[in-house]
Amino acid sequence: MSTGNNGYLVGSNLEKILRAGMFAVTAELGPPQSADPEVIRQKARLLKGNCDAVNITDNQTAIVRMSSIGSGAIVVQEGLEPVIQMTCRDRNRLAIQSDLLAAYALGMRNLLCLTGDHQTFGNHPTAKNVFDIDSIQLIQMVVNLRDQRVFQCGDPLKGPEPRFFVGAAASPFADPVAYRPYRLAKKVKAGANFIQTQLIYDVEAFERFMTRVRELGIHEQAYILAGVGPLKSPAMARYMKESVPGILVPDAIIERMEKAGEPWAGKKKEELTKEDRKARAAAWQEEGIKICIELIQQIRQIKGVAGVHIMAIEWEEAVKPIVEGAGLYPRPIIRTNEAEPLAAA
Amino acid sequence: MIIAEQKKLSEITALLGDASKVLVIGCGTCVTVCFAGGSREAAILAASLRMSTQLAGNGKQVADVTVQRQCEWEYLDQIAEQVKEADILLSLGCGIGVQAIAEHFPDKWVVPGLNTSFLGLPVEQGIWSERCAACGDCILGLTGGICPIARCSKSLLNGPCGGSEAGHCEVSKDIPCAWQLIYDRLSSLGKVEMLYELQPPKNWQKARDGGPRKITREDLLLGEKED
Repeated sequence: MSTGNNGYLVGSNLEKILRAGMFAVTAELGPPQSADPEVIRQKARLLKGNCDAVNITDNQTAIVRMSSIGSGAIVVQEGLEPVIQMTCRDRNRLAIQSDLLAAYALGMRNLLCLTGDHQTFGNHPTAKNVFDIDSIQLIQMVVNLRDQRVFQCGDPLKGPEPRFFVGAAASPFADPVAYRPYRLAKKVKAGANFIQTQLIYDVEAFERFMTRVRELGIHEQAYILAGVGPLKSPAMARYMKESVPGILVPDAIIERMEKAGEPWAGKKKEELTKEDRKARAAAWQEEGIKICIELIQQIRQIKGVAGVHIMAIEWEEAVKPIVEGAGLYPRPIIRTNEAEPLAAA
Repeated sequence: MIIAEQKKLSEITALLGDASKVLVIGCGTCVTVCFAGGSREAAILAASLRMSTQLAGNGKQVADVTVQRQCEWEYLDQIAEQVKEADILLSLGCGIGVQAIAEHFPDKWVVPGLNTSFLGLPVEQGIWSERCAACGDCILGLTGGICPIARCSKSLLNGPCGGSEAGHCEVSKDIPCAWQLIYDRLSSLGKVEMLYELQPPKNWQKARDGGPRKITREDLLLGEKED
C-alpha cells in the first residue's frame, strides 16, 4: 500500500509545485474527435515544458472526443503530467470509480471533478444524461477512495487505492454571484485540493471574489488557480461576454482587440485578400496573447492565487509565448522528494 | 397533476392503420384539466379523424366516450359495451390510462393519442410547468419547497452549476434555474445557511432506477391473509 508519499498526498508534479509555494501553470489539451493518437502527441509536445500539468477535457461542450483517460495515457507516455477531467454527465458512480481505478493504474495522478455541460449543447442532443452524482459528491467520492480507501458504497478497496490530487472548478461570476464563494467553500469542505476557475478577464471583479474567498479562509485550504485564456478575435471576445455564462469581458478588452485589427477595419470580407485576413488574424492573436500576459501579471498580485490555468482552446501554440511573456518560463523542476509542510497547516 | 399533449393527427392516423371502427376514449381527470384528452378533445379528435380519413378515401367509423378516470377498473367497466364494438381503442389518457385499458381489455388493440409529458401544474393559462420527478424520496424539505431533481436540468443536489445566468438555466432562457429559485427563497426566509451543507449522493433505488415500483399497504388490503 503506497500511502507513504514523503508527506505528499499524491506526489504529482502539480502538487509538488504548489506545495513548494511556486506559482503554478496548468494548460489545457482538447482530445480529437477521432481515434488519432498523433493529435494528442503533437499537442503534448507543444505544451511540454511550458506548464506543470495539463488538463485533458472530458467530452467538453458535450461533443464526443477521445476519452480524457485514454488521451491522458498518451500524454503520460509523452512525459507530460495530465489532469484528468471527469464530468458527471456521462457516467454513474460505478463507471466513474472503475474508470478512475484504471486512470491511476495507467499513471495519472491529478483529477478535476466537474458537473459537465448539458448534453443539449453538444453533437448528441438526443442522448440520455446521467447526473447520478454531482461535482461536489464526486469530490467526496474520490477523496474517500484515496483517504478512507472505500468505494462510494462503503465497501473497502481490495488492494492499492487510487491516489489523486483532487481539483474542482469555480465560476466566480456565474449567478447567484453572492453564493459563489460559499459553493466554492463546499467544494473545499468536500476535500478539493486545488481549484481552477472559469476564464477571468475582469480582474477587478475577480479581486472582489478573492476578497470574499480569503475572508472565508478558502485559499488556505486549497490552491486556487485562476483561469485565463488568449482571445483570438474581437468576435470571440464579444461571444464570451454575451453568450457564455459566468464570463465577464470588460469593454476595454474588446476595444483593444478591435484596435488591433484597425488597419483592416471598415472593409468588407470580399475586399480583404487572403494575405490581409491572415495578417489581421495574426495581429488579433498577438494582441490576445499580450492581454493574456497582462492578465496573468495582474492576477498574480492577488493574494490567495496560487497559479494560473491557461485555456488556449484549440490554440495550444499560444501557451509557450504566454508563459514566457508572463515571466513564468522555464517551469521549475522539483528535485526534492520531501514535501514542504502543507500551506494550510 | 399529470400533464400531457396530443400527438399529431398524422401520427395518430398511422397508429390506427387500417382499423375501421375506432373508439376514442377520453379521460375526465388530469388530461381534462390540461386540455389534452378530456371529453371535448375526444369529440374534436373523433370528428377530425372522421373527416381526414374520409378525405383520404378510407373513411373510418369513429365514436368517442370519456370516462372519469382511465386508471381505475370500475370506470373502465362502464364502457365495456362500446369497447366491444370497436376494432381499435384510441386512448386520450396518460400512459397509465393506455396501459389500464390494455390490461382491462386484453383482446383489444389500444394505441396512445397523447404523449404523457410530466407531473406539473398550470403556471398560467395555457402554460404548464414540471414540478415533480416522482423520485420516491422527497427532498423538498431541504430545498425550500423547490425540487432540483425535477427542475434543475442536471438534477443537482449541491447546485447551482456554472451555467446559471440571470436566473435562467444554461439549457434555455425559458428554463428558470432551480437553484437560483432555491437560493432566493432560502435567502428571503433567512435559511440560506442550509445551502452550506453538503448533500450526499441520492439513493436512486427509490426512483425508477431501482426497477418498476409498487406500493403495498397491508392495512388497506381486502380479503383474508394467508398464513
